[in-house]
Amino acid sequence: MNLEFTYTVDPDDFTRAGEASADIKKKLKKMNVPHEAVRKVAIAMYEGEINMVIHANGGIITVFVNEDFITMVLADKGPGIPDVEKAMQEGFSTAPDNIRALGFGAGMGLPNMKKYTDEMKIDTVIGEGTTVTMKVNL
Amino acid sequence: MLVSELTKKLDERFEIINISDEAGETEISKVFCCDLLSFAMARNPAGSVWVTVMGNVNTIGVMALTDGGAVIIAENAALDENAHKKAVEQNITVIKTSLPVFEAALFVHSLIS
Repeated sequence: MNLEFTYTVDPDDFTRAGEASADIKKKLKKMNVPHEAVRKVAIAMYEGEINMVIHANGGIITVFVNEDFITMVLADKGPGIPDVEKAMQEGFSTAPDNIRALGFGAGMGLPNMKKYTDEMKIDTVIGEGTTVTMKVNL
Repeated sequence: MLVSELTKKLDERFEIINISDEAGETEISKVFCCDLLSFAMARNPAGSVWVTVMGNVNTIGVMALTDGGAVIIAENAALDENAHKKAVEQNITVIKTSLPVFEAALFVHSLIS
């Protein structure tokens, strides 16, 4: 089994944010992927998707599914992350007030992504964009 | 207890906004309180009753992704139109109450314990 799914994440559209994660969750459930792995993928991808909407003018998410693991690649052309170590700290956030009013911006996004995946890598270039690659073992 | 049983046991202080088709099969055993969606995303247990004052479309998104059993919007907080629509689409049980978060959670806890 080698499957690939691609999603476009629209910028600044909070009514649609999370749709890609909801869709991949449905697909994985149909494929009988173990429940806990589906939950991990859905949570990690949702956080990434929200980050792309808040910080990066959207982007592209590609999900690869094979028999041993699921890989999510979230690529954006946003501003980049100046200090990745700081961004990984729970509670650190640069989200503006209007985002906080929606219940986001608690500085939990990247830490949650790390917590719910088996591997996570951040490639970021200031002014060019960020690619986050996450892997969940099956 | 099943979500469908809970909705029958709630008194007049609670209003059922939407019931999932799966309410008769979804077992609930915990109550979870939180208004920050990223915390809820990480910590809302599957099959929980989540009590919050955040009634936007992303609350429904978090419920769907964490397999929550039902969400209660407390303090008569507004559930916006998009959130209502999404709850129907995503098959999420949504309940509203004028009770504060703690009292709503305590009452549900007493019903399911």
